[in-house]
Amino acid sequence: MTTQSDVDTSRRRFVKGAAIGLALAPGVVMFDLARAKKPDEAVTSAVRWGLLIDANKCADCNACVKACNEEHGLVGHGRPQTDPQWIRKVTAKDKQTGHVMSLPVMCQHCETPPCEDVCPTGASFKRADGIVLVDKHICIGCRYCMMACPYKARSFVHEVLTEQKPYSPRGKGTVESCTLCVHRVDAGELPACVTACNREGNKAMVFGDLKDPDSEISQQLARFGGKQIRADLGLNTGVRYRGI
Amino acid sequence: MKPKLSALLVLVMGVVVSTTLMAGAPLPEIPKGKGEKCVEPTEVMRKSHMNFILHQRDETMHFGIRTKKHSLKECISCHVQPDENGKYPDIHSRKHFCNSCHSYAAVSIDCFQCHATHP
Repeated sequence: MTTQSDVDTSRRRFVKGAAIGLALAPGVVMFDLARAKKPDEAVTSAVRWGLLIDANKCADCNACVKACNEEHGLVGHGRPQTDPQWIRKVTAKDKQTGHVMSLPVMCQHCETPPCEDVCPTGASFKRADGIVLVDKHICIGCRYCMMACPYKARSFVHEVLTEQKPYSPRGKGTVESCTLCVHRVDAGELPACVTACNREGNKAMVFGDLKDPDSEISQQLARFGGKQIRADLGLNTGVRYRGI
Repeated sequence: MKPKLSALLVLVMGVVVSTTLMAGAPLPEIPKGKGEKCVEPTEVMRKSHMNFILHQRDETMHFGIRTKKHSLKECISCHVQPDENGKYPDIHSRKHFCNSCHSYAAVSIDCFQCHATHP
């Protein structure tokens, strides 16, 4: 394993200043051009990707779900028990107050993912930058990770698939889940759900580097806090919520 | 014993020669890709393309290294071209670059159970 040097923060700050002015369209900004990783660079643990979702803003919208399904070519067959599901809206009502909360739940990209612990082949793994993935070359389809996941984030592919998206390979007999749009993140873009939320939704999602104290997500977390679903499990998820 | 053995040898050699003269499986017609040449010389690719792909997939999955040279997606973007109607060849047809050789050699590949067969 090669040793990784520290991120050059002075260069980052300069480009960040330039990037902030580079709004591509109202509400759509490349989140940090300096962060776009070079293709031949390996990811490092100097960065940890995370999501902050404000459930107060979500309401009935499901732009994130539609965007994810379109981005990865997830097609349902009208069989909710076995259809692929990388992100879903969960609605819960507090009986005491009558408050209804609605929030999108996807792979929480835990720091200590149970799916990685139980995987017999090492296919379920956490990348150095915190994104939890399934290496489908190694996955044998045992579904142990699906049992272990407290968030029911993983799906099993039951049918032969054709016409997969070139950037998102999926196949029968393997387990899959939200990849935090790793193909977009590595190119310096936002995940599809976040883009859709900003564009058509209620701007409830913030994506960024949890290890960077200057990033939008870190600042919002510092101000408003961010709760984990099932915080009692101590998994230190990368996906945090406000308003749950 | 000896005359019988030599007669047998002549018979066997005759059979071998005649079978090689008969047509074997038709050699594959390998579809032409885009551009001048591949990222590696043909002889290198013939011997080692699977090694490049297998090595690259670990680098990409586990370390996020997305160099294009040995990336499967890049292989497909050059080698799988649409026909005159704009349709891409089906993975099971002999017109698909990968399948043209693999069906001839009868070596099953499972890449395309997951990966897109065309750009």
